[in-house]
Amino acid sequence: MCLAIPSRITEINENMGVIDVVGVQREVSLLLVENPQVGDWVIVHAGFAIQIIDEATAQESLRYLREAAQLLAENDDSGTAANG
Amino acid sequence: MPLKHQREYRDPHLSRQLIQAIKHTHVRPVKLMEVCGTHTMSIFRHGIRDVLPETIHLLSGPGCPVCVTAQPEIDAFIAYARVEDTIVTTFGDLIRVPGTESSLQKENAAGRDVRIVYSAFDALKIAQANPDKRVVFLGVGFETTAPTIAAAILAACEMKVPNFLVACAHKTVPAALEALMTIEQVQISGFLLPGHVSVILGRQAYQPFFDRYQVPSVVAGFEPTDILEAVRRLVDQIEKGQPQLDNAYIRAVSEEGNPKARAVMDTVFEPVDAVFRGIGLIPGSGLRIRPAFAAHDAAIQIPVKVPVSKEPAGCACGDILTGAKTPPECRLFRRACTPENPIGPCMVSSEGTCAAYYRFHPQTTTR
Ligand code: SF4
Repeated sequence: MCLAIPSRITEINENMGVIDVVGVQREVSLLLVENPQVGDWVIVHAGFAIQIIDEATAQESLRYLREAAQLLAENDDSGTAANG
Repeated sequence: MPLKHQREYRDPHLSRQLIQAIKHTHVRPVKLMEVCGTHTMSIFRHGIRDVLPETIHLLSGPGCPVCVTAQPEIDAFIAYARVEDTIVTTFGDLIRVPGTESSLQKENAAGRDVRIVYSAFDALKIAQANPDKRVVFLGVGFETTAPTIAAAILAACEMKVPNFLVACAHKTVPAALEALMTIEQVQISGFLLPGHVSVILGRQAYQPFFDRYQVPSVVAGFEPTDILEAVRRLVDQIEKGQPQLDNAYIRAVSEEGNPKARAVMDTVFEPVDAVFRGIGLIPGSGLRIRPAFAAHDAAIQIPVKVPVSKEPAGCACGDILTGAKTPPECRLFRRACTPENPIGPCMVSSEGTCAAYYRFHPQTTTR
């Protein structure tokens, strides 16, 4: 029931918003999020926006992930065959 | 931009690096459990089980809301559909779940008014359009769904829609985690904590559970790299012998979650002991409608008689929901039980473990 992919708010009318889900327009309630803005990316569940994605955090955590993964992969020179 | 992120969180190169890192660290065989139907789907869809070492077992826990709904609750839903002048509204998956004597789909075919809705607000609109009928919405789901239904009840009060009722069968995740730790045949080495339940609850909500059991726990997102990174952190904690309550999904899950959604949920619902299919009674693991909103509580407004509930014969759903069995260990899997003709809820729901095995593991058959 969870829609894992965030959607963008394209319109707001009071407590209702319109989101764009890969080209399809859908109405969502904005009652459960604080101060939503047009252009925000939101996680939508059962017709409600339940969270605004923090873009800066998304960027930062991705960068961190890349750096950490690269470092760990470089350390892995033995191939650890036992784990196949 | 976030769409670009989305692609980046699916980056195969990054995934390969994470898999390498996991293989590098991993020595001890582990059982990791995901407690979220959307994780189950994502893990199968992206073939994550196949790329991990065989000694890392990913178990699907009680994360599919329809699946954990107890049989007497399903039977009560069916009973509501049989009451005169009542329209039952529900999310799609539930209508095919077999109850003891019938299913909502069968009731619908027999002429009862059962309608699938996308959101609790759609059910509220149906109630407004049918003032001479009672409209019962079936409230099933965890903390992600409960606030949306609480919001609909508050709206019904405000807009004065007295014929909008909710049959509340919500369950809560932290209490279920505690119960899983006490099941002897399932020794879980770590938990992938549910992404969107945690959006609402925040990382902090698991602290009491973590303090008590000291079991490695990581909040995970839904993209392949999200899941692999969470597995990597779990394996790392296990190998170091340093359990942590960690968050690998910080772009959506904060420390305190979504306080606004929680306030709406807490205004309307209060904790109650609840029965999970497969686990049994778990103290404080359900939600019920507070007395102040009794006017919208189907359990109070429409008393129904429920038959003595029976689980479907031969169905191993209960054991599957606790990770004690996998679907191919059920004798009915792929024989009597298929998505077209499901015997138990784990095959009905698109988030059910049996349905996921059926769809993504065509080679698995019964022994
Ligand atoms: S395969 Fe069907 S009968 Fe067996 S456990 Fe799954 S849902 Fe139940």
